[in-house]
Amino acid sequence: MKFYGYRRSDGRVGVRNHVVVIPGVLCSSGAAEKIARKVEGTMFVYNPHGCAQTSADSAITTEIISGLIANGNVYGALIVGLGCEQIQKDTYLSAIRKKTDKPVFYISIQDLGGVRKTIEKGIEIASRLVEEASSCQRTECDISELILGLECGGSDPTSGISSNVVLGKAVDVLIDAGGTAVLAETPEAIGAEDILKSRGSTPEVGQKMYDMVKRCEKMFFDYGQDVRKSNPSPGNIKSGITTLEEKSLGCVHKSGTRPFNAAIEYGEMINCRGLVFMDGTAYDVASVVSLVAGGAQVVAFTTGCGTPVGNPIAPVIKITGNRETFIKLNDMIDFDTSGSISGEMSIDELSEKLLDYIIEVCNGEPVKAEINEMFEMAINQFGSYV
Amino acid sequence: MKINAILMSCKDDVVTALTDISANEEIVYELNGQEKSIRAVSDIPKFHKAAIRQINRGEPVNKYGEKIGYATENINAGEHVHRHNLASSL
Repeated sequence: MKFYGYRRSDGRVGVRNHVVVIPGVLCSSGAAEKIARKVEGTMFVYNPHGCAQTSADSAITTEIISGLIANGNVYGALIVGLGCEQIQKDTYLSAIRKKTDKPVFYISIQDLGGVRKTIEKGIEIASRLVEEASSCQRTECDISELILGLECGGSDPTSGISSNVVLGKAVDVLIDAGGTAVLAETPEAIGAEDILKSRGSTPEVGQKMYDMVKRCEKMFFDYGQDVRKSNPSPGNIKSGITTLEEKSLGCVHKSGTRPFNAAIEYGEMINCRGLVFMDGTAYDVASVVSLVAGGAQVVAFTTGCGTPVGNPIAPVIKITGNRETFIKLNDMIDFDTSGSISGEMSIDELSEKLLDYIIEVCNGEPVKAEINEMFEMAINQFGSYV
Repeated sequence: MKINAILMSCKDDVVTALTDISANEEIVYELNGQEKSIRAVSDIPKFHKAAIRQINRGEPVNKYGEKIGYATENINAGEHVHRHNLASSL
């Protein structure tokens, strides 16, 4: 299997060719957004953090922002800082340089002498980056260069029996062809930790996944949330889900059946092939962001109720097993698997079609979230502002 | 006969109804490309589970090829499986 992507100087491959403008801190996001708005061909990436964070949260922000910039879909980046914030220029740049050697520029408002001068300088840099990026050409890449992020949100009973099953089958085919897929919803694996443990490619990987799920459950418990008592929810029960294991399995199912080769932290860079588990969050926006920060160039997102969520850097493919949702919310859903429920198509046929569609998206076909310009950003945080 | 239920894995003890199925109707699903059927002995609401074999009290119940809990009652083939006869093992 092949696709046409952009080969970067750091060896990574992209399926989009973005020049991104990112505020280093929320305080400079207005200036950064103005730069992006004035330079056609740039993508503004919202960053709500960068200051007043605990050191652990600050490290997460740095990991995510540097990871997004390192994603193969990005040609180059401009970071717009303020000057006095917690995450300083050197922190960002050294984190980025550990991941990539692509063109990255940093400017700050206090250094340049105000908003107007920052915008002028930013426009100059961003325009140059866009011009350079426009000379990049797509070349043939092997499927082994593709990292597919896996996500579900706004689930309904069709998710567990149709869309997640079709996606899981497509993931098996992708993995067997040498590709990579990443599952990142730790809270939704609570109840399936023993199954994850048994799916590690080594006992160590299995144990690490088990520990991540247990750590997540304990953290919720410490916040006063007993996941085992609140799940399955009354709505889940009404729609036929009986036990927590069953609910969690429906979610984990979209990762297919192959062993997990690695278990990595939230937003950590993916440096291996095959199936990967990322210690992610249940909030789908922040989860998609972590998958993309880890290197996923495309995200496959199953939804029963329908959600418009996208990402500024990677195409997010919406897949539903609910035909009514596909028809009613058609301007935000890309792929319909309900044929597996109506009996019109088999799971195998649908997964083959889905994989073909994923390749088309890699080759440049825009998904609905891109057409709608849905570019949500959220970064998982644990503490309060400090 | 029209397929009206789905088996997630050949190791499973239950199928998921794709439509509302009434007692005495046939539950029709596919196993390895072959059509199988079993008579419903109770009403099975859409997206709910039905047993495709006799499951004795205390035995594990499998769906997705994995254990989703255990039977709290003897469950007949063709019977609705939900909170009244299946509980979490966690």
